[in-house]
Amino acid sequence: MALTELERHLLNDFQRDFPLSPTPFREIAETLGVTEGEVLASLRDLAERRIVSRVGPVFAPHRLGASTLAAMAVPEARLAEVADLVSALPEVNHNYEREHRYNLWFVLTARDQARLDEVLADLERRTGLPVLSLPLLEDFHIDLGFPLEFQEER
Amino acid sequence: MSEAIDEIDRAIIRATQAGLPLTPRPYHDVAERLGLPPEEVMTRLRAMQARGVIRRLGAVPNHYKLGYQANGMTVWDVPDEWVDELGARVGGLDSVSHCYRRPRHLPDWPYNLFAMVHGRSREDVEAEVRRIAALLGEYDRGRAVLYSTRILKKTGLRIAE
Repeated sequence: MALTELERHLLNDFQRDFPLSPTPFREIAETLGVTEGEVLASLRDLAERRIVSRVGPVFAPHRLGASTLAAMAVPEARLAEVADLVSALPEVNHNYEREHRYNLWFVLTARDQARLDEVLADLERRTGLPVLSLPLLEDFHIDLGFPLEFQEER
Repeated sequence: MSEAIDEIDRAIIRATQAGLPLTPRPYHDVAERLGLPPEEVMTRLRAMQARGVIRRLGAVPNHYKLGYQANGMTVWDVPDEWVDELGARVGGLDSVSHCYRRPRHLPDWPYNLFAMVHGRSREDVEAEVRRIAALLGEYDRGRAVLYSTRILKKTGLRIAE
């Protein structure tokens, strides 16, 4: 994927400390020596191409109500059905298929623990499969963003 | 709890969790939608950042689109008395995007340390796994690497209405 110099800077330099001021894009433009219009146009384009998921706050999951990482060992024949059922839950924000006996992994977030337990119990009842709940006990990562290494295009 | 969020914080979270508007005055636009003064939106975002409710504020690149297509959830069984110290070291590695302690579920699930590793290929991820294993040394009592084969759903963190 070909990225311009401006796009690389926008992707890498502002993953944290995005300005909390009335005109943040103008500040970024001044830092990079371009116009505010160019910054906005470039970010809109990156968002359109889904290279940037969003520009905004990244929330710490365990600070907003109750959440857990859940896993299920789903028989291959039922995987599509169970995966769809899980993805359809509004409490689920990530759902991945992984190569393991536990092949379905998803993050559940609810307003409080009682609601979370209810959703888990309901899922077990509807699928007839046990759900492994692995809530976060300690967060060891200081989130500074993720340094992107841009390789030359091949 | 000092880190508790109130209903106004919650409204701001709901209004920004899918991203800020890409407009010249994004906080003003959010404020207008919520019927709040723009200053309050910025002050509250700043306060949530200081309290750790917001981990960071900025561009969230789509790693998958940028070529980081291998994503391995590495899970490790390390002694409980060492997990904090080891977790801090593993969490500090550049290739690790998340590092958490989670409960074991014996006998099925003996792992208590989770580290999400991103790379451009499985070879990249495997090299990082060897690096983590070397760092853990004798405390690595067992591990598994779970590669994702399909992303079935992925949204930013959503809090329910």
